[in-house]
Amino acid sequence: MKKGRFGRYGGQYIPETLMNAVQELETAYEYYKNNDEFTTELADLLKNYAGRPSLLYYADHMTRDLGGARVYLKREDLNHTGSHKINNVLGQVLLAKKMGKTRVIAETGAGQHGVATATAAALMGLECEIFMGKEDTERQALNVYRMELLGARVHPVTSGTMTLKDAVNETMREWVSRIDDTHYVLGSVMGPHPFPMIVRDFQKIISQEIKQQLISETGRLPDAILACVGGGSNAIGSFFDFIDDKSVRLIGCEAAGHGVDTEKNAATIANGSVGVFHGMKSYFCQDEYGQIAPVYSISAGLDYPGIGPEHANLHDVGRAEYVPITDDEAVAAFEYLSRVEGIIPAIESSHAIAYAMKLAPQMNQDQIMVITLSGRGDKDVAAIARYRGRKLYE
Amino acid sequence: MNKKSRISEAFAGRKAFVAFLTGGDPDVETTEKLIPVMAEAGADVIEIGIPFSDPVAEGPVIQAADERALSAGCTTDKLFDMVARVRDKTSVPLLFMTYLNPIFTYGAERFFQRCSETGIDGVIVPDMPFEEKSEIASSCSKFGVELVSLIAPTSRDRIRKIAAEAEGFIYCVSSLGVTGVRSEIKSDVTSMIEQVRAVTDVPCAVGFGVSRPEHAEQLGAVADGVIVGSAIVKIIAENGHESALPVSDFIRSMRAALDKN
Repeated sequence: MKKGRFGRYGGQYIPETLMNAVQELETAYEYYKNNDEFTTELADLLKNYAGRPSLLYYADHMTRDLGGARVYLKREDLNHTGSHKINNVLGQVLLAKKMGKTRVIAETGAGQHGVATATAAALMGLECEIFMGKEDTERQALNVYRMELLGARVHPVTSGTMTLKDAVNETMREWVSRIDDTHYVLGSVMGPHPFPMIVRDFQKIISQEIKQQLISETGRLPDAILACVGGGSNAIGSFFDFIDDKSVRLIGCEAAGHGVDTEKNAATIANGSVGVFHGMKSYFCQDEYGQIAPVYSISAGLDYPGIGPEHANLHDVGRAEYVPITDDEAVAAFEYLSRVEGIIPAIESSHAIAYAMKLAPQMNQDQIMVITLSGRGDKDVAAIARYRGRKLYE
Repeated sequence: MNKKSRISEAFAGRKAFVAFLTGGDPDVETTEKLIPVMAEAGADVIEIGIPFSDPVAEGPVIQAADERALSAGCTTDKLFDMVARVRDKTSVPLLFMTYLNPIFTYGAERFFQRCSETGIDGVIVPDMPFEEKSEIASSCSKFGVELVSLIAPTSRDRIRKIAAEAEGFIYCVSSLGVTGVRSEIKSDVTSMIEQVRAVTDVPCAVGFGVSRPEHAEQLGAVADGVIVGSAIVKIIAENGHESALPVSDFIRSMRAALDKN
C-alpha cells in the first residue's frame, strides 16, 4: 500500500504552506514511536493520569434483557475527561512537546476532544486554543466552560453550518497562519496523512485491551465489536487489533439523524460518495458538484460529513459493516442503558448501544458482543431532557 | 507545451496583473460582464474562483463571496457555459481557481475536456500539493490546460522540485495564513523567487494580501506579476451589479503602480 493510503483512500490534500509541517510531524512521530523514553512516558500517563486500562464490563442485565449474545461494555467513559479522546490527546500533546511546540490548537464537536486537549495542555504546560462551531457551543455549553476552566481559549466558529466541519475548517486556517510553534491536535482518524495513522495508533490500545481482557476472562475472541462512527477514532481503536481475526464482525454505527431518507442525517457510508476534503480522500456527504452537504445529528460528535479513510477502505473491502442509527433510536438507547445498567452513555456511544439492542437478540447465547462505550453521557443530560420536552438548562 | 501558451504570452511583455473574482458572485451574469471589463482595465490574466462550500485556504472576504454565489445557484456547469460565452468577447487568459473536490466529483477527464472546449487556459488547486498532482496532471496535459503550482514561505527545500515541473506561472504565496487583504507584505518573496530562478524561467506571480498600489509597485520590482483577489471581491461585495466601474478604476490604479517597474 502506498504511504499514507488505505487502499485508494487517505493522502495529503492540503495547502502547500502546510506540507513541510505535516512531513516534519511524520518524521517526528516515526522517531518517537520507537523511542523508549517517549513510550515509557506515554504509558505512564495512560496508566496513572488517564486511568488505563479501562474496564471491560460484563453487562449482565442487558444480556438477560436482550436475550441473545453476552454483552460486554468497553468502558472508555471511565477514562479521565470522560471519553476515549484522552488516549489520542496524551500521545499527540506529548509528541508536540517533544517537537518543541509551545502551543496546541484543536477542533471539537461535542467538546470531548476539546476538553481532552485542554486537559493535556494544562498538564504539560502548553498554550491551548479550541475551535468549536457556534451551534455546538450552545448545545454543549458546559464543555465550553470546562475548557476555559482548564485554561484554554475557545473560539466559537460562525462560518458555514457552525458545527464540527466548520470547526475543522477554522482550525486548519489557524494552523496555516501560525505553524512554527503550533501543533494541530486532530481529534479523529481523519485529515491528511500522517493524522489518520497517528490517531489510530494512539487509539488502538482500546482493541488491544479488549482482546487481552476478554481472552483472560472467557478464553476466546468476541463475535462482534460495535462502536459509533463520526470521523471514526473510537471505532478504529476498537477494531484495529481484530482486523486480521476474520471471525470477528466489526460494526460501525453512523448517525442517521431524522433518517437516511431525510435531508437531516450524517450517515456518510449510507449516503455519501467518494470525494476529497479536509486533507483526505474518503466518503463524504456531498452534492453532484462536490459541495459538502450540511449534515445533521442530535450528537454533536457525530455531526460530520465525512469518515476516516481507513474506515472507507474497510467498508470497500467488506471487512467492516456500517449501519445507520437515527436520533430516536440513539435517545432510546441512552435511556435504556441508564435504566438497565445504571450507566449513562454519551449520545454518540448510544448509537452503538442502539444497534446492539437490535443485533444481540439475533445472536446466540454463547456468542459474545463487545460495545465500546466511547464516552459518558453527563454532557448530554440537559439536551436529552429537552429532546423529551423538559425545559432543562445547564 | 511547444506552442507558447496564452498564459506565458501574458507574462511576456510587461509585469502581469492577475485578477481574481469569485464566479457567480453575486450572480453569473455579473461575472460574465466583469471579465471583459477587467481585461480592458489592464488585467493580463483572470482567475475565476469556482465557489466551494468549505474554502479552507480563504479568508472571510472570499468565504462570504463563495456563500453568496452558491446561494444564488452558481454551479460548475453554469460557469463553464459562462466561460464559453465570454470567450467571444475577450482573449484574456482565463484560469479556474478551485478546490480539488469539485474537479474530482465532476470527473477530471470531463472537467478538463470542458475547460478546453470553453476556453479555460489553466487551473489553480490550493488543496492539491505537488505530491498529489497525479490526481489531475494527466487530464490537464491531455486537454492542454496548464496546472499552476503554488509555493509558500514554508516551502524551503520543496521549491526546487515544484518549480522544476511548473507550468503557466508559479503562484508565490506571499505570507502565512489564508487569502485576504493585508496592510503590508513582509515575507522574503525575493529569496523564494531566486530559488525558482535557479531551476526554471516559468514566471512568478505573488499573491495573498496584495491589495494596494504600493504593494503592486513593491512586488512588481521583484516578481513577474502580482495576483489580487480579496481586494477585488470586496469591491464586488460592496457594489453588486454596479461593480464594473469601481472594479475597473481599482485595476487601473493597480496597473499604473505595477507599470512603474
